Amino acid sequence: MEVLEHYLSLATKAMFIENILLSYFLGMCSFLAVSKKVETSIGLGLAVIFVNGITVPTNWVIKNYLLNPGALSWLGIPGLENVDLSFLTFITFIATIAAMVQLVEMIMDKFSPKLYNALGIFLPLIAVNCAILGASLFMDERGYTFGETCVFGVSAGAGWALAMITMAAIRYRLKYSNVPAGLRGIGITMILTGLISMAYLSFSGINL
Amino acid sequence: MSNKNIFSDPLINNNPVTKQILGICSALAVTVKLETALVMSISLTLVLACSNFLISLLRTMIPSKVRIIIQLTIIASLVILIDQVLKAYMYDISKQLSVFVGLIITNCIVMGRAEAFAMQNNPIDSFKDGVGNAFGYSIILILVSIFREILGSGSLMGISLIPQSIYDMGYVNNGLMLLAPGAFIVLGLIAWVQKTVTGVTED
Repeated sequence: MEVLEHYLSLATKAMFIENILLSYFLGMCSFLAVSKKVETSIGLGLAVIFVNGITVPTNWVIKNYLLNPGALSWLGIPGLENVDLSFLTFITFIATIAAMVQLVEMIMDKFSPKLYNALGIFLPLIAVNCAILGASLFMDERGYTFGETCVFGVSAGAGWALAMITMAAIRYRLKYSNVPAGLRGIGITMILTGLISMAYLSFSGINL
Repeated sequence: MSNKNIFSDPLINNNPVTKQILGICSALAVTVKLETALVMSISLTLVLACSNFLISLLRTMIPSKVRIIIQLTIIASLVILIDQVLKAYMYDISKQLSVFVGLIITNCIVMGRAEAFAMQNNPIDSFKDGVGNAFGYSIILILVSIFREILGSGSLMGISLIPQSIYDMGYVNNGLMLLAPGAFIVLGLIAWVQKTVTGVTED
């Protein structure tokens, strides 16, 4: 039970308290570009949850069994115990993400054309979404275990999707309000995001 | 487009952050203090100028099907260089910037300029375009961080600006500016001012 509780509190933290979009500003570009319609935001949100859930654990395995100082010792070849490849972290992570996105796209196209049609156009966008690379880098920096990594990947993606859908719904209503001319577009969107972010701050009082 | 415009256009009129809405991710996270914002601006300028130059040099050799991967590899290699230099010479700041140096790789400005400018233009123009856009980004970063540091911690570059007597009269630093919402709101207001001054509106 204790393990479950730990994972649950980690998930809540990643989704609400330390929301990857609202408190770390990751994935802002696609957030601002896509949050104009609720349907497309749901599509992109699902794609991010999906890709994050796959790439973050994959990157964990690569980092811990190939790149960390001494990580190659499982090969049993003498002389490899002291090899430190951690300077390759960035380039490996981004390559994994790009490859994974491509793979997911191909598998989806083959086995679930319906899902592919729904998410297809968003997948290439995701390869350069900071929320994905950011989640992998945070996982690395915070030294999660494999179980924690899986939970963190999915819930960070879910937090991003949640913020995105909220914003899309608000922007939809915004059409009917009279915003000062210069504030239209990015100005009012940023201020609204600030207000949502303030609302999410109230979750930080929750102790799990 | 004349040479002067390549460089000066992205500074105000076509600013990458407030006009093209690119690269906001990292723009906000590192702006709690002016010092981190400066280091981030310098890093981005180097990466953007070099990546634009290199990609433009290779533009005739890059097959268009795999160009995204090649661009990412070039950018990632440059970012690794910057990260290693920061870790070696400015360890404290690199700890504060944490993952955000790595996130320059996915900064939309870098990819966006590579795709939109460097793939079609010669290396020298691309280099200028890179520097211009990086400066446009830096201006916003520095502006936001000046506001946030003065209002949030009452100091600039770590030097206290607001005299003790004002604090004694009951003035308190605005803690909200240090948190995420402060960054969003300051950037929103800057975009407002910029749009009003340049007179560009959208519906």
